[in-house]
Amino acid sequence: MAENSKTSPVVRIRDLRKSFGTNLVLDGIDLDVQKGEVVVVIGPSGSGKTTLLRCINLLETYDEGSIQVDGLEVGFRDGTGGGRQRRSDRELARIRADIGMVFQLFNLFPHLTARENVVLGLRKVRRLPLAEARRIAEHWLVRVGLGDKLDSLPSQLSGGQQQRVGIARAVAMDPKVLLLDEITSALDPELVGEVLTVVQELARDGMTMIVVTHEMAFARDVGSRIVFMDGGRIQIHGTPREVLSQTRHDRLKAFLARIELKLH
Amino acid sequence: MIFALQSLPYLWQGLLITLEVSALVVVFSLIAGTILGVAIVYGPRWLYWPIRIYSDVLRGIPLLVLIFFMYYGLPLFKINLTNLASVVLALSAFKTAHIIEVVRGAIQSIPVGQTEAGKTIGLRFGQRLLYVIAPQAVRRFLPPWINAVVDTVKGSALISLVGIVDLMLAIQQVIGRTYIPMPLYVLGALMYFVINYSLSLASRRLEARFAYIRE
Amino acid sequence: MAYHLNFGYIWRHFDKLTWGLVLSLELAFVSILIGMAIGLSLALAYTGGGRRVRGIVAGYVEFIRNVPLLLLVYLVFYGVPSIGGFAYDATTSFIITLSVYAGAYMVEVFRAGLAAIPKGLIDAGKAIGLNAWQRLIWVRLPTMFRIVLPSLSNAYVSLFKDTSLASVIAVPELTYGAQWIKTNSFRVIEVWMVVTPMYLITGYALLFALQQIERRFAIQR
Repeated sequence: MAENSKTSPVVRIRDLRKSFGTNLVLDGIDLDVQKGEVVVVIGPSGSGKTTLLRCINLLETYDEGSIQVDGLEVGFRDGTGGGRQRRSDRELARIRADIGMVFQLFNLFPHLTARENVVLGLRKVRRLPLAEARRIAEHWLVRVGLGDKLDSLPSQLSGGQQQRVGIARAVAMDPKVLLLDEITSALDPELVGEVLTVVQELARDGMTMIVVTHEMAFARDVGSRIVFMDGGRIQIHGTPREVLSQTRHDRLKAFLARIELKLH
Repeated sequence: MIFALQSLPYLWQGLLITLEVSALVVVFSLIAGTILGVAIVYGPRWLYWPIRIYSDVLRGIPLLVLIFFMYYGLPLFKINLTNLASVVLALSAFKTAHIIEVVRGAIQSIPVGQTEAGKTIGLRFGQRLLYVIAPQAVRRFLPPWINAVVDTVKGSALISLVGIVDLMLAIQQVIGRTYIPMPLYVLGALMYFVINYSLSLASRRLEARFAYIRE
Repeated sequence: MAYHLNFGYIWRHFDKLTWGLVLSLELAFVSILIGMAIGLSLALAYTGGGRRVRGIVAGYVEFIRNVPLLLLVYLVFYGVPSIGGFAYDATTSFIITLSVYAGAYMVEVFRAGLAAIPKGLIDAGKAIGLNAWQRLIWVRLPTMFRIVLPSLSNAYVSLFKDTSLASVIAVPELTYGAQWIKTNSFRVIEVWMVVTPMYLITGYALLFALQQIERRFAIQR
C-alpha cells in the first residue's frame, strides 16, 4: 500500500472541529488518506466517527479546521476579502460528485430501478449519453453480483442486494474517495458477508476508502490503517496490527469488549 | 316539467362557467401553491414567515367572506377586475393556501436520506427536487390535492352569490321561473356529484399508478 | 378621489356582529353534536354491518362530500318543504343541513378512529370477560374518542367557518350581520375589515383552546 507515498493525500483533514450546540463532537481531528488506502474508523457510538465521515462531503458543515479532497477545500472557498465563504450549492455538487458515499440505510431512490439508481448521477451529473451511462451502470451492477436484478425496484430487493446497489451507485461515479458509513449495520447477519466481499474486491482494485464499521474482522483483514475514535478525538492510529495489539489502552479495550459481546 | 327540460341548455351554460372557473383556479393554485410550498420548505427564513402567515390567514377565514371582501373591496383600491376575474382571484388565493400545505406535507414526508443520497452523487438543488423529491412526493401529494380540486368545484358554487351565472345560479334562476325547486336541486346535486365523484375515481387510479414507490 | 374609511356605523351596530358571532358558534356546536351522533351510529353500522349497510353509508358519505354545501342549504330550505307540504324556520333548516353535512364527515373520522384501535386492547377486553356491548362502551369508544379528538377540533372550527353560508337564507349569524350593515350603510370595505378578523381570531382561539383540552386527554395515556 502507498502508506509512505510522497504524493499529496487524496483526503487531508487538519484540526477539524465541530459541535452540535454545546456538544463538541469533533475535537481537533488530523487525518491523511493516501490514494489506494482503506482507512477503517472504529469507535463507540457518539465518538464522532459518522459525523467525521459526513463532514468530508459536507452533509454536515464543520466549524473550524480544514478538509481537502484532492487539494480542494470542501466546505469553504476563499472569499474576496481573504475570509472563508461557504460554497454554493453548485460548487458543492461538483465536489460531491467526486466523493462517493454509501449509507447505513441504503437510501436508494425507491421510485427508480437498480439500473436507474446508478444511471441518474452518470446522466445528470457526469452528463454521459444514455447508452454509455447504462453500460457503466450494468457493468457495476454485474460486478456487485446483481446482473439479474437490473430492472428490479429497491422494494423488490433484499437488504444486502439494496446495499450492493448503493455501492454500485457510488463507485459508478468513479469517485476519488469512497465513504462507507456502517453499511452493514442494518443488515441481517447472514447478508453481511455478500456486502463486505464486494468492498474487499474494491479495496483490492485500489479504491481509496474511509470505512466506518463495527466489523472487526473486516477492519483487520482489509484496512490499511485503523483509526480508533473516542470523545471526538483520534485516540489510536496505525496499522491494524499496531492498533489491535494495544490491548492495554483502556478505552480501546472497553470498546473491543463491547463489540465482542455483541458478536456472541 | 316541460319547463325544466327546456331549461337544460341554460344549466349547461352554467355548468360550463363552473368548470371554467374551477379549472382556472385549479391551475393557478397548483402553480402558486407549488412554488410557495417549495419555498416554505427550502427557502430562506425571511420567506418562511410571510408564506406561513399568508397560508394560516387565508385558511382561517370563510371562503364566502373572502369572496365578498375581494369582490367589493378591490374596486375601492382602484383595482378594477371583471366580476369573473375577481372571484377567480379570490378562489385561487384561498386554494393556494391549501395547496401550500399539501406540497409542504408531501415534501416533508420524504426521508432526509433521499436528499442526502442525491447530494452525494453530486445532484444540484434543482436536480434533487426534480429527479429525487418530486417523483416520490407526488404520491403523497395526489390524494389531498384531488380533495382540494373537489373542494374547488364545490366552493365555486359560492360565486353565484355575487351574481355570476354558474351552475348554482343557473339552477336558482330556472327555479325562479318554473317554481319546481326539488327536482332541479336534485338534478343540480347530481351534476356536481358526477363531476366530483369522477375526479375521485380518477385520483384512485392515479394513486394506484404510483403505488410501486415504497421505501 | 380617495376613499375615506368610516367605521362609525359599524361600531353603532356592533351588537349585530357580536350576536351574529355567538349564533355562528351555536350553529356549529349544535350541528357537530348531531353530526357526531349520526357519524358514530353510521360508523358503527358500517364497521359491523353487511354489504348493504356499507353501501348505504358509503352512498350517503360520498353524496354529501361531492355536492356543494350551498346547494344543500338551498335544497333543505326551499326544496324539501316544497314537496313535504310543511315549513320550518331558516335556523332549523340550516342546523339540519349542517348536521347532515357534518355527519358525513364524522362517519369518516369515526370509521378511521375505530380502525385505529389497537387489536390488543380489544383482545384484552375479551380476556377479562367483557361482552361485545361492554367492550364497545368501556374499551372501544373511549379509545376511539382519544384518537379522533384532533379531527373533532378541526371539524368544529371548519363548521364554524361554514356557518357563513347560513346568511344566504337570512339566518342572522355573523356574515348576515355584516351584509345587513353593508346594505344599510354601504360601508362595504369597512365591514369586511372588521368581520374577517373576527372569524380569523375566533377560529384560531377555538383551535388553541381545543388543543389544550386535547393535551389533557393525551397526558392520561
